[in-house]
Amino acid sequence: MNGAEVKPSVAPGVRLGGHVSFVWRPWIVCVTLLLAAATFLVFCLSISIGDFPIGLSRVIATIFGRGEQVDEFVVMDLRMPRALAGLVVGIALGVSGAITQSVARNPLASPDILGITGGAGAVAVFLVTVSGGTATAVVSTVGLSAAAVAGGLGTGLLVYFLAWRRGIDGFRLILIGISVSAVMEAITTWLLVRADINDVARAQTWLVGSLDNRSWDEVRVALWCSLVLLAVVACAAFQFKPMHLGDEVAAGLGVRYSRVRALLLLCAVLLAAVAVGAAGPVPFVALVAPQVAMRLTRYPTPPMVASGLVGALLLIGSDLTARTMLPVSLPVGVVTAAIGGPFLVYLLVRANRR
Amino acid sequence: MTAQCITEIGSGVDDAARLAARGVTVGYGGRTVIDDLHVAIPPGVITTIIGPNGCGKSTLLRTLTRLLKPVKGSVVLDGEDIVKLRTRDVAKKLGLLPQAPVAPEGLTVSDLVARGRHPHQSWLRQWSSDDAAVVERALAMTGVSELADRPVDSLSGGQRQRVWISMTLAQGTDLLLLDEPTTYLDLAHAIDVLDLVDDLHESGCTVVMVLHDLNLATRYSDNLIVMREGAIQAQGHPRDVITAELLHEAFGLQAKVIDDPVGDRPLIVPIGRTHVRLGQLGPSKS
Repeated sequence: MNGAEVKPSVAPGVRLGGHVSFVWRPWIVCVTLLLAAATFLVFCLSISIGDFPIGLSRVIATIFGRGEQVDEFVVMDLRMPRALAGLVVGIALGVSGAITQSVARNPLASPDILGITGGAGAVAVFLVTVSGGTATAVVSTVGLSAAAVAGGLGTGLLVYFLAWRRGIDGFRLILIGISVSAVMEAITTWLLVRADINDVARAQTWLVGSLDNRSWDEVRVALWCSLVLLAVVACAAFQFKPMHLGDEVAAGLGVRYSRVRALLLLCAVLLAAVAVGAAGPVPFVALVAPQVAMRLTRYPTPPMVASGLVGALLLIGSDLTARTMLPVSLPVGVVTAAIGGPFLVYLLVRANRR
Repeated sequence: MTAQCITEIGSGVDDAARLAARGVTVGYGGRTVIDDLHVAIPPGVITTIIGPNGCGKSTLLRTLTRLLKPVKGSVVLDGEDIVKLRTRDVAKKLGLLPQAPVAPEGLTVSDLVARGRHPHQSWLRQWSSDDAAVVERALAMTGVSELADRPVDSLSGGQRQRVWISMTLAQGTDLLLLDEPTTYLDLAHAIDVLDLVDDLHESGCTVVMVLHDLNLATRYSDNLIVMREGAIQAQGHPRDVITAELLHEAFGLQAKVIDDPVGDRPLIVPIGRTHVRLGQLGPSKS
């Protein structure tokens, strides 16, 4: 690929002056830039399309603060929260999935399967149904998100400690995750059966995963939380690189693997929980995005940046599909499930053939 | 092509006694495997730990590489307690190859070997020209340069093990600890890998390894550590250590020890219950 025919083709480095240097992988850089461009395009399309269509160029101009006053309100106040929620939730889910799949060294380990989204859902539904009318005001805004984050984090920790036996084994993590997931779903179902029918309707929409009626308040919280978490992930990612070779090799290369792994898993759980808090448990994005990113970048392990971008692309794209191409407007989770289900089957079939 | 250790450019080569365990007690969750064990690894030679299954030989190796933390006692690397050193600094001095490591599917040979540079890198300095030079040398030394672009999982077992040793070399240490480097290899590939290990030793590396095969251990080591039930039964040059009595005591094995017809070491000929000519059975038959 890089034309080094005579010498063994060790990846060439890029020096950015002084002691700053990185491995130069042209293909991955190109794919990532293309994904970023595609994500931006879909993001703008999502704003452009609606009851009152606005041309793409006008959308872009408005985003960069050079639009007309007329577009300002529709773009920034009405449609931006939805598109931004899609972007943030997609990136958070993609990166979260990339971390869990890397840690478990298994493509099936995603926050959905590890029970994190299920736990977040159960706690949120508990809040909606049991508290009922009394806390509706709180519930409708940030309260629901906070409950989801708490539920996701709690379930994540529960799975982690149940799976802990002198270290973390990927397969045990997945099995425990699936069981805890089932328990959480049972709790959710039980809560829905007992609840008032109006609460059930609200909880159901939320449970499928939807970007409808996002407000700036909700999006702002999710945005800042995600930014902080992504910064932590970016810092820890370097120490994480050798961990794809297994714990003992990583330890031999000077990585304090249990510490790095605990930190990154915590970030993954929180990212997934923030995403669930903002858009409900949108299924399969965290599972599919890293796998698609791996295939596009032709990289053997889930690439973080590309996974995040594929996640965003998938989520905003699915939302767009759900809103426009289908005869009835559906929550985004229905579309991601329709894409993700077959993909999961494909992964399982492929894993079994090995 | 002869393999060599890659020592860090500019750093003085320190060939003093490097690694020792001082009164270590190690166990897994309450069960003690090794109790109050003392051992020193002599510099510049190949030391091989042998012993029956479950005697604690891997546990000792893992303790020496700080993968396991002793309950009591300490492991000393270059005069310092290994648990007090930063794990990155340990990784710059001591290379470790665990038993049967697995690379992610699709990872290329050069990318795997490049990971060996991790202890020398930082967030901002992820790949320097030094790194590239060392990785190329490590690939050349282990004879896998022409495989550089191939995925590790497409290689044969022997090639794969060479690649992993290459990664450990890229770490730039002259102290290598190998946990059963010949596991799952057929005899020809095992010999190939051990010849490589011997080349590294000739160039000045100190090697500590665990081996299952007693004759290979005898042939390739200058210093044998024979373990039994978590304690050291004997230690020294194979010529001094390997005797029929020791094999019986440590392994419960009836064997005849003869001169190796092709080498200068003893050769162990095991005696089982069957397929042995009459009169060849050992005197201490039980």
